[in-house]
Amino acid sequence: MMKKEMTPFARFEKMYASDRHLWRLIIMIIVWMIFIALTRFSKFYSILNFQTMASQFPEFGLMSLGVMLCMITGGIDLSVVGVANFTSILMAFLLLNLTNAAGGLPGYAIPLVFGLGILIGAAAGIFNGILVSKFNIPPILATMGSGELFTGLCLALTKGNAVSKFSRVYSRTINNKIAGLVPVQLLIFIVMAVFIWFLLSRTVFGTKLYMLGTSATAAKFSGLRNDRLLIKTYMVSGMCAALGGLIMLANYNSARADYGSVYTLQCVLIVVLGGVNPNGGKGKISGVVLAIILLRMLETGINRFPSISSYYISLIWGGVLILVMVLNYFTENSTRFIKRQMLQQ
Amino acid sequence: MAEGLLRAVDIYKSFVGVQALKKVSFEINPGEIHCLAGENGSGKSTLIKVISGVYSPDSGYMEFGGKRYEKITPIDAIQSGIQVIYQDFSIFPNLTVMENLAFNSELADRRKIVNWKRMRKIATDAIAKINFKVDLDAMVGTLTVAEKQMIAISRALMFNTKLIIMDEPTTALTKREVRNLFNIILKLKERGIAILFVSHKLNEVFEISEKFTILRSGELVATGSTADLDSEKFSFFMTGREFQKKTFVPLNVSKEPIFQAKGIGMKSAFHDVSFDLRRGEIIGITGLLDSGRTELALSLFGIRPIDHGAVLVNGEEVKIINPQVAMQHKIGYVPEDRLSEGLFLTQSIADNIVISEIDSLANKIGILDHKRRSEEIERWVRELAISTPNPDNACQTLSGGNQQRVVLAKWLALNLDILILNGPTVGVDIGSKHDIHGILQKLAEEGLALLIISDDLPEVLENCSRILVMKSGSIVADLDAAKSDEKTILSYMM
Amino acid sequence: MKSTISNTLQKLSRRNEPYVFLVLMLLCVLIEIRSGQFFSSNNLVDIASAFAVPGLFAIGAFMVIISGGIDVSFPALASLSVYATTKFLLDVNYQGGVWLAILIALALGAILGAFNGLFIGYFRLPALIVTLGSSSVFKGIMQGALNSKQLTVIPIGMKNFGTSSLFIAKNPVSGLTSRMPVAILAFLIVLFLVYFLMRYTMFGRGLYGIGGSEISAHRAGFGVRNTKFIMYVMVGMIASLAGVMRVCMMQQAHPTNMLGMEMNIIAGVVLGGTAITGGRGTLLGCMLGTLLIVIVENSLILIGVPTSWKSVFTGLLIIIGTGVSAYQVSRMNRVRSVETVAKEVV
Repeated sequence: MMKKEMTPFARFEKMYASDRHLWRLIIMIIVWMIFIALTRFSKFYSILNFQTMASQFPEFGLMSLGVMLCMITGGIDLSVVGVANFTSILMAFLLLNLTNAAGGLPGYAIPLVFGLGILIGAAAGIFNGILVSKFNIPPILATMGSGELFTGLCLALTKGNAVSKFSRVYSRTINNKIAGLVPVQLLIFIVMAVFIWFLLSRTVFGTKLYMLGTSATAAKFSGLRNDRLLIKTYMVSGMCAALGGLIMLANYNSARADYGSVYTLQCVLIVVLGGVNPNGGKGKISGVVLAIILLRMLETGINRFPSISSYYISLIWGGVLILVMVLNYFTENSTRFIKRQMLQQ
Repeated sequence: MAEGLLRAVDIYKSFVGVQALKKVSFEINPGEIHCLAGENGSGKSTLIKVISGVYSPDSGYMEFGGKRYEKITPIDAIQSGIQVIYQDFSIFPNLTVMENLAFNSELADRRKIVNWKRMRKIATDAIAKINFKVDLDAMVGTLTVAEKQMIAISRALMFNTKLIIMDEPTTALTKREVRNLFNIILKLKERGIAILFVSHKLNEVFEISEKFTILRSGELVATGSTADLDSEKFSFFMTGREFQKKTFVPLNVSKEPIFQAKGIGMKSAFHDVSFDLRRGEIIGITGLLDSGRTELALSLFGIRPIDHGAVLVNGEEVKIINPQVAMQHKIGYVPEDRLSEGLFLTQSIADNIVISEIDSLANKIGILDHKRRSEEIERWVRELAISTPNPDNACQTLSGGNQQRVVLAKWLALNLDILILNGPTVGVDIGSKHDIHGILQKLAEEGLALLIISDDLPEVLENCSRILVMKSGSIVADLDAAKSDEKTILSYMM
Repeated sequence: MKSTISNTLQKLSRRNEPYVFLVLMLLCVLIEIRSGQFFSSNNLVDIASAFAVPGLFAIGAFMVIISGGIDVSFPALASLSVYATTKFLLDVNYQGGVWLAILIALALGAILGAFNGLFIGYFRLPALIVTLGSSSVFKGIMQGALNSKQLTVIPIGMKNFGTSSLFIAKNPVSGLTSRMPVAILAFLIVLFLVYFLMRYTMFGRGLYGIGGSEISAHRAGFGVRNTKFIMYVMVGMIASLAGVMRVCMMQQAHPTNMLGMEMNIIAGVVLGGTAITGGRGTLLGCMLGTLLIVIVENSLILIGVPTSWKSVFTGLLIIIGTGVSAYQVSRMNRVRSVETVAKEVV
């Protein structure tokens, strides 16, 4: 009875209250889309434009997914870009070897590149996980160091030059549109995002991850194998980063040690903006995906205003991040205060 | 004007509609040891915070040394001679003893520049006041709990202190350290310093205090002289309920022991410990804080493995090297520190219940069966009468007693044979304590083997069939609970 | 007497500085043996001059980490304030000395630092997130609003300051010369001031206190919010000063080439024994750690390691260094728990 009589406004309020952070992101996206529609409709709302966006964001989107997993355990992964470039450079060398005289590739080449690439990413992730769990190095330092190490290996392997001149078939395949509409990059991202969503919300592993992130001590006393969980988490993060690297390899049609170097901090920014608690234990993939979309839309939208320097984007990112945190501070602080007082009773 | 050092009159305080203190009035005289008691959430800590100026009361007033305050700031409170020693002692673990001691007085003097010589002198003087000996250059994080407490007391005495408020000061102390603390409190009393001692431990209230005040749900239920109080009255004032003790009588004890410890030991913790545990039995292990009882408990669950001796489960030797092995052999462990070791406070009650059995609620590749999960949760919420409107609420919304039931549920869901409980009712209020004891006795009747590690002697006597007393790392007595009393146990413990 | 010596030795062995110093010495000797060039006067001067700017940054990062925070925005902050300063002085065609540039940059650094301090100190937002955001904002202002480009000409005062030297060291063998830049003085002055601040003022001890236990500091009546705010202002100023020194020494203002330095600087500070969780560490250790990173980055070429390998070595250094100190911490905890148990059993 009560529910039926609820006014639409009250219903919306209830929905909003159930996950304020998520709705705030959605509202921001809608407001921005309306703004663009009013000012630059034709230049933004075209299939081509959306396809371009969809083929670009998976690079850092995939890396962000990995960072998100690590942050849920209370850690962080600052090595994603290093892992991505390391993978893409090794695979570029492989492609170079496989490219035949006619500039083509054997049929098994692309599956092989993806298979090996993911394996390399997994190995790199396991390395991070061992540093974090077995050697107890704080994750921020361990992954910072390993990130530097992987980047260093890239530089050492390439002397800082780009690896290119391999067959264009690779790039062309990844840049295909499925049914002429959906870019392959987007498809890879969606597959990975669904996989991680499934992992977090439908499997035992996901529940354990949130618990571990909430309290490692309580997890130990509940019989969870913390070390294995952490190693698996960083492994998945490494796999995400490797996929990101393979997409970069296709988008630039080359690999270089310093590609995407801004992505490291950008990924952390996206994940936090997506509502993941940097202390661990809290965060949803929906928030992170929305944050990725929001940032890509902001960036592309601003590019449609030639008079505005595209460099303003980083200003807006930083601004949005701090704004969201301050908003959370005000709403959560008031509710947290009430809750705390109630608890004392 | 009033003679008293502190008089609080008709204090009201509410937080967003919840009444935390209702018309509370009491007074403390100089040199008086006053005990403030009450269950969790009775308003004890709110009252302390009102007195020390952290909160301002909605109505009512206070008098310090005859001066009336409607509102008091923390600085006023300190200047009137009030010092609070919180449970965590407000120390800096990363700084030296010297700096910890001198920091507050340097701040109070509004100094900007640090003079290390002066700091050393301040610190030396401070510890001399209570004859406390410690290396001034040691890092405070490396000291024992008792030493940290002494630092907090020395620091509180540096000011012209008339009243020291101690929030549950004996929680993590060994018996000897408690004795030492009480001696110091008595010395302070001789100097005319009043102590407001917050505690819910009955024996301490009787031992040290002259006056008491008991709060329940924000209201003052009794205040007066400790001489007029006995233990029945005390628990009635605390809870508003009367309890009938049900002493445990083992019914279906199995013939063969399900768990045997044969001469087990761990370096510098305990040695040569042997005992047999049967189904349907509750064995109590008691001892002082430093007797090795906690290490023993941790080793049986594989957190800190033993280094000699053998453990037999169902007659077969088992090397318990980590909690997973313990769990495979159907051993569960309810830890001592519920908040940090037992629970994931910000996660849901539901997840807290199923986390240890979660692998059995999933199919081969680890996909959760949501139907079975919610059945399990529903079952345990019902069986242990966990009072919550919704199991998806965060665990921190529960009271201490209900939280402890969640920890119990987590282990019972595993279908255990053996359950080890370390301090099963620490920080749980009297009402819930009674209920939890009921649950434990029922579990034993159903065929579970229980091992309770506790220094709460009435608890051990009431709930166990056998009591092992530990001292300096080994078992010094194996007593039949029905034939022993607190005095006997204490004589073995000391 | 003997026991006090062994006591001190034992205390020393639990600290990080001696290990870092040993590793540093080993590395130097190794480079000397392989190249014969390390302890030559001009190489030492070169290292000192390469150390000035990272050293300044490390001092700022050290203060933040001691207080329990972390700052990843200082390269962006320094770039923005020094770029704005240089641009402004060029626009007004300023012909005077370097002091005005330093003053303007310090003022800008204070304002930008206050931005961090406001959100971290007063709103109590996590430092990592705030400085990530502010670093993005600073970059945006610099590249967007100021439309930054590389400035190959810098004001004459800054140019002169950058080329003036305290003394010139000449290598008697190779005949190469190196100048000791005046900028090293700025570093030494700041080092001295911050050493004094951290050791002999209540403000500095308060930073250690906050890093150890914020609640305790608050209960002791310490102005936690104000202290943090002022600290971030100071750190902003130190970073800006580093920016000015860098532009003067390079003789050009490049808006982005400082970006990305934050990781190695933080790594250096932590290598020197500063706990990433705050409250523990010394300025000496911090300087040794930073020096180690600077030497690895600059001198490996002397032993024939190609420059393209230097990140591999820095990465390994960070992993091994932090791994060793993490191991030390866990060993200390274990020793401590055994000790306390033993103490209580007696």
